[in-house]
Amino acid sequence: MSVAANVSLGLLGLSALIALVRVLRGPTLADRIVATDLIITILVLGLAVEAARSGSSELLSVMVLVAVVGFIGTTTVARFIERRGA
Amino acid sequence: MRDLVAGTAMVAGASLAVVAAVGVLRFGGFFARLHAATKPATLGLVLVAAGAALVLRDLSDTARLALVVGFQFLTVPVGTHLVARAAYHASAVDAEALAVDELGDVEGSGERRPPSGGD
Repeated sequence: MSVAANVSLGLLGLSALIALVRVLRGPTLADRIVATDLIITILVLGLAVEAARSGSSELLSVMVLVAVVGFIGTTTVARFIERRGA
Repeated sequence: MRDLVAGTAMVAGASLAVVAAVGVLRFGGFFARLHAATKPATLGLVLVAAGAALVLRDLSDTARLALVVGFQFLTVPVGTHLVARAAYHASAVDAEALAVDELGDVEGSGERRPPSGGD
């Protein structure tokens, strides 16, 4: 069980690093937001895996919060892009 | 047996995140990257949450995981739609590369202009 959880955490860390390259490259603000949104999704997945790995359920509340904040952030920046341009 | 299923589901969800990240890095064009980025937000989360629920085996934990999954299913399409629409209006996408441009058809004339007024 913990092997699978550790492998999952490793894969999630790898994918977050790959997505970070796209955040740095851009080229537009919209591309960066898409990649940032993916990193937030990966963070939510990572919290679920860590909760399973450690067997503690406190992290699940954090998961709910991160999901909500991620959505609010994405929509806010989408409105910003629409007004200001990419 | 249950641990095997849970571990497989979690690794599958994490692998989906890797696939999405590679897609976001490698695909050309904004909409292609957007398409790749939203896969783990639904299917990947369902797989990982199912794995975590099988490991934790507690009703309140399962309820919270189901809450996150339900919330993501509602918000991810909305957020993706907003980002796509904003990028289109901000000319972040190459309109010539689009096979179908229904938003441009609806808004007429195909010229790129920010939405007027209101909100």
